[in-house]
Formats: sequence, C-alpha cells, structure tokens
Amino acid sequence: MERELKIYEPEEEIILNMGPQHPSTHGVLRIILKLSGEKIVDVKPDIGYLHRGVEKLGETYTYVQFLPMLDRNDYLSATTNEFGYVLAVEKLAGIMVPERAQYIRVIFSELSRIASHLVWLGTFCLDLGGALGGGTTVFLYCFRERERILDIFEKMTGSRLHPHLMQIGGVRYDVYPSIDKDIKETLQTVEKRINEYEEMLINNPVFIDRTKGIGILPKEVAMEYGCSGPVLRGSGVKFDLRKACPYSSYDKFDFDVPSFDGGDVFDRFRVRMEEMRQSIKIIMQAIEGLPQGPISSQMPVKVKVAIKPKPGEVYVAVESPRGELGYYIYSDGKPFAYRVKIRAPSFSNLSVLPFLLKGHLVADVVAILGSIDPVFGDVDR
Amino acid sequence: MVGIIFLTIIYIFVALFIVLYITWIERKFAAKLHNRVGPYYVGRPHGFLQPFADVLKLLLKEDIIPEQADRKIFNIAPIIVFIGALLTFPVLPVAKNIYISDLSVGLIYFFAVSSLIVFGVFLAGWASNSKYALLSAFRAGAQVVSYEIPLILSALVPVVLAGSLRTNDIIQAQKVPFALYPIFGWVSFIIFVIAGLAEENKVPFDVPEAESELVAAYNVEYSGIKFALFYAAEYVHILALSVLGSILFLGGYRGFYPHFGPEWLYQIFWLLFKTFIMLTLFLLIRWSFVRIRIDRLINFSWKYLFPISLFNLFLASLWKLFF
Repeated sequence: MERELKIYEPEEEIILNMGPQHPSTHGVLRIILKLSGEKIVDVKPDIGYLHRGVEKLGETYTYVQFLPMLDRNDYLSATTNEFGYVLAVEKLAGIMVPERAQYIRVIFSELSRIASHLVWLGTFCLDLGGALGGGTTVFLYCFRERERILDIFEKMTGSRLHPHLMQIGGVRYDVYPSIDKDIKETLQTVEKRINEYEEMLINNPVFIDRTKGIGILPKEVAMEYGCSGPVLRGSGVKFDLRKACPYSSYDKFDFDVPSFDGGDVFDRFRVRMEEMRQSIKIIMQAIEGLPQGPISSQMPVKVKVAIKPKPGEVYVAVESPRGELGYYIYSDGKPFAYRVKIRAPSFSNLSVLPFLLKGHLVADVVAILGSIDPVFGDVDR
Repeated sequence: MVGIIFLTIIYIFVALFIVLYITWIERKFAAKLHNRVGPYYVGRPHGFLQPFADVLKLLLKEDIIPEQADRKIFNIAPIIVFIGALLTFPVLPVAKNIYISDLSVGLIYFFAVSSLIVFGVFLAGWASNSKYALLSAFRAGAQVVSYEIPLILSALVPVVLAGSLRTNDIIQAQKVPFALYPIFGWVSFIIFVIAGLAEENKVPFDVPEAESELVAAYNVEYSGIKFALFYAAEYVHILALSVLGSILFLGGYRGFYPHFGPEWLYQIFWLLFKTFIMLTLFLLIRWSFVRIRIDRLINFSWKYLFPISLFNLFLASLWKLFF
C-alpha cells in the first residue's frame, strides 16, 4: 500500500503546539506558538484544561463545607488559599479572631510560601537544565528541603499538602508542644541551603546567560496586566499586600518587601529567593511571640452550626506566593454564598505571557513560563 | 582474517557491555550527587543487573511507527546512528598490539564515521514527521556543524605534535601526555572536552534533545528497540570519544607497570583507567549545569572555540617547527 506522505509546506512560519501534555508547562497549559525558525512570532496561550468549577461549587456548599475545596486550588500553597477565604467570610459575618489563631495562620501561610517557592526553584531549574542534567540536581535538593516543611504540616494537621488548617473564626488545630524547636531547626537548615543554592546559581555563567535580560516586563505593562506578587516586584513595583494593607497580624512583624528593577527572569528569581528569607524572618518572630489564648472564636463552635452572614458583599485579598489572591463573596443571607469569585494571581500573571514571549526563542519559553510560576489549579479553578 | 573477525566481535561485545555499565555508573553517580540511592533492587548489591533489565524492557516494548511517518527512513535512521557510533572503534587501539585496523588515516576515519550519527539523527527528525523532532533535527545539524570543527582542530594538535594520523603513532609519540604539553596541550584538551560534550548532545550542550522544550527531540516518536538503538548509540559514541580523548591527550594505553605478567593486560588497564577519567569528567559536567540556549551555543563555538583552537593549532605547528 502506498501511503501518502504529508510533507511540510515550504512556508515561512510553522505552528507548534506546546502542551497540554508537555514536560515543562507546569501542568496543563497549551501554548500555540507561531515560529519562524526558532524565533517566536506569535503566541496564544490556551487554558482551561484543569477547570473544575470551584467557584460554582462555592454557591452550593455552605461556607464551612467550601473551605477544604480551596486547598485544591493552588495546591502548592494550600494554606494561603484558606487564609483568604476565611478572612473574607469573617469580614462578611463580623467574626473576631483570637490573636493566637492569627499568629498560627501567619506561621503556616509563611511556611507554605517557603514550600511553594522551593518547588518553584526546583521546577524552574528543571526547566532550564532538563530532566537528564543539572536541573534535576537542584530540583531534588529543593524537594528535600520542602519535605522538611511538609513534615511540620503533617505533624500539626495530619496531612501534608491539603492541611485544612483554618476554620472560620480561627484554626482547627493548636500547635503541638515542640513545634518551635521543629520550626527553628528546619528553617535554619532551609536558610543555609537556599543561600547555598542562590550562590551556586548566581555564580553559574550558564544560568545567568539563560535568565538575565530574558522576558523583560516593564513596570507599566506589569501594572496594566494586573500582575502581582513576585512578577510585579521583579519589575520594580514594591507592592505587597502584607505591607500595603496588612491583614491578620502582619502589621506586628518586621520584614522587608524585596523588589528589583530589572523585570527579567533573573530578577524574578532574586525576588523569590529574598522572599523566602523574609518569610523565615516572619515565622521566627511569630513563633517567638506566639500569644496564649484560644485558637478559635466562640461563634462557629461546630461545623453543624451553619454560618449565615447578613446580605452583603466583601472582597478580601491576601498575598499568596504567586501574588494577590482575592475572594469576592456576595451573600444573600443564606448559609451558602450567592456568588464566590476568586481572583487568582496565576491567571493575571499568566495573561502577560504573550507579551513576554514575542521575539524570544523556543528555549526561552520554558524559562519565562517558569519565572511566572503559574499553578494551573489556580489559573483554571 | 579469522583473528580480526574474532577481535571485532570481542570489541563489539566489550564495547556494548561497557556501555551498559556506563548507564549504570551514571545513574549511580547522579544518585550520589542527588543524595539518592539510585537503582537498587534489580540484582543485589546495588542493582548491578539494572542495565540488563532496561534492555530487556526496551526489547519487549511495542514498536510504534507513527501514521504520518516516512516508514523506510524512519526504520533505517536508528540503524545508521548505531552503526555510525560503532564503526568508530576499529581505529582505537586498546593495547600496543590489540587493534582491529591500524589505518594510516585513523583519525580522519574516526571523524568521518562519527559524522554519520548526525546524518541519522537528521533523518530520524525528518522522518518522524513531528515538529518537535524536526526542530531538534535542525538544532542537531546546526550544532554538529559548529562543534565538529573545533573538535577536529583540537584533535589536530596531537597529530601535528606526533606527525602522524595513525592512532598508534600518536600514542607512541607522547613523551609526556600531550595534555601536559605547554599551554597549547592544555587548551586543546579543554576544547576537546567541551566540543566532545557538544558532540554527544549532553548537558549543558544538549539543545537537540532539550526535553523541557522539545519533549524528547528527535527520538520523540521512537519506542522499543529503535529507541534502544538511539540510546545505545549515544553512549557508544561517548565511550568512543572518551577513548579517543585518552589516546590523543592522556597517552592512551601507556602508563607505569611492573615487568612481569602480560604487558597487554596492563595496557588495557591504563586505557580503561584514562577513559574512565574522561567519562567522569563528562558526567560531572553533565549533572551540575543547566542548558545553554541554541544561539549562545553556536555563538560560543564560532566566536570563541573556533578562533582559539585555530590559533592553538598554529602555536603547536610553530612549536613543532622550531623545537
């Protein structure tokens, strides 16, 4: 049988489908690249492969039931997802949170920020270096450190990735007695190691070559697209919700907001590395000054009691490892929300991708995408 | 004649055996670097049967040919690559009197047949009819064109010093290993290692098979035994280049040995030892760097490696002329 051969037309541009199954699209992103040789002419990101209808579920589940769903949104930093939601519901229902609970929330959301950034560092280097090369080395080192942090989560709540630590009005678990020792030891190790990794990467000419001057995002464009988090701070905007409008008890801690002016992949890398150090600083302060008292307010004692906030609407945003994670909740007085809208940081940050990729080479796609650090549970919801 | 055929068979089997164990050593080495254990359960101690299990798995796997592929070329490409890699061995002597062929143009032969590999890679990339494979084939072509030249120019330095293209003569001419010669020996050894890494498509020069960008590159559509052929060819080529490096720069089979027992045994030992030094060098670089971008890679070759190696060859020629 003579089979007809399909031969590439001798045209100027070819279209390359990157993803949704691709080793370095961090989940299920599909990027339609129009290439001229290796140069990118046009980019069209295609999302929605991980859409699970979380926002719609928020309208059918009660406020308390909805909380564990949110762990699955941005699965690399589950605690910050819960954090934003409980803050929003508490503001809507007028629930006060005891100070001890606030501190525990801060400690664990900062721990998950470090864990999330460690995953980012590992996967970013994996993208640059390849699974059969130097990238794997950093990747495995980072996961080793992350494991230590997840161990604390497990000891505290019983699960590593989706701890369901918070509840409306406080936290579900009190800290175990030896937690300060655990956290201090872990964080000292982590700090020492991330300094080591940073030194190794910054002094590596190949790494610098791959990151410096790549994917430059100007300040104005970053703000226009609604970027937030490390992507925005890497472009020189010193904006961090923990400082700009301190929620929970962030105003009690002393920390810096790192920002660099370059706007390239390398500066986003430096922002995240510095953020890990600042998070360690915050946790150390919080664990030192952990106040005594109840871990939850009196109002929502048991899950059985449904919360019925007064009709109204609220928007509360927290600084997740990826940026501004906002929850808009509209209540009509029923035990479940009329509408829950999640403002996902990964989504806004990802929207800048076509702008960044144009004119770069295929090899830069993975570097730039990695530097944005999207989590597709968060993008698609 | 019978002796040569017999020797060829032994060469092939020993080379393939060593290649099997290079993969094992590499995995163990990488595991150590990563703070892991590596292969462990297949054959205690330390999973020493793992390579055989891998080969068996690949042999038993289903062979898939894509619908749109150009069947004939698709099937023949891995064979070309494998044969090209294997054909480099005849001119590599393992001891003073153990070699398949003592060609007077041994080095030219070596580079000529190892160029077959990129030919096969290009065919594979084209025949797969996949865009990833095609891009990777383009890259492989561009890379080999740029790196073959510094590689050969750096290999020419020992040739100039020894005054012969015959590998045996090059070894015999080394009073001190050529890598220890005044500055140009060092320079050409370093260029040889860098260009060799690029020739082998290894990190940091693995742009043709950048799996985080192009998935698995030119072998993306291959499975089973054909993939095994690509994989084996890659490692056979690494082994051949390491042996060549140790012959050209480190004195090949020459070394210190006591005057009892068969001489060739010591010589084989020294050659293997030096080859292993080269291999470890390659592995260490491989597992600690990230990948260079394709345009920088080619820039690096044409702007730095090529002029340096040319000037280096010039220096070596002057040295040969006056000393």
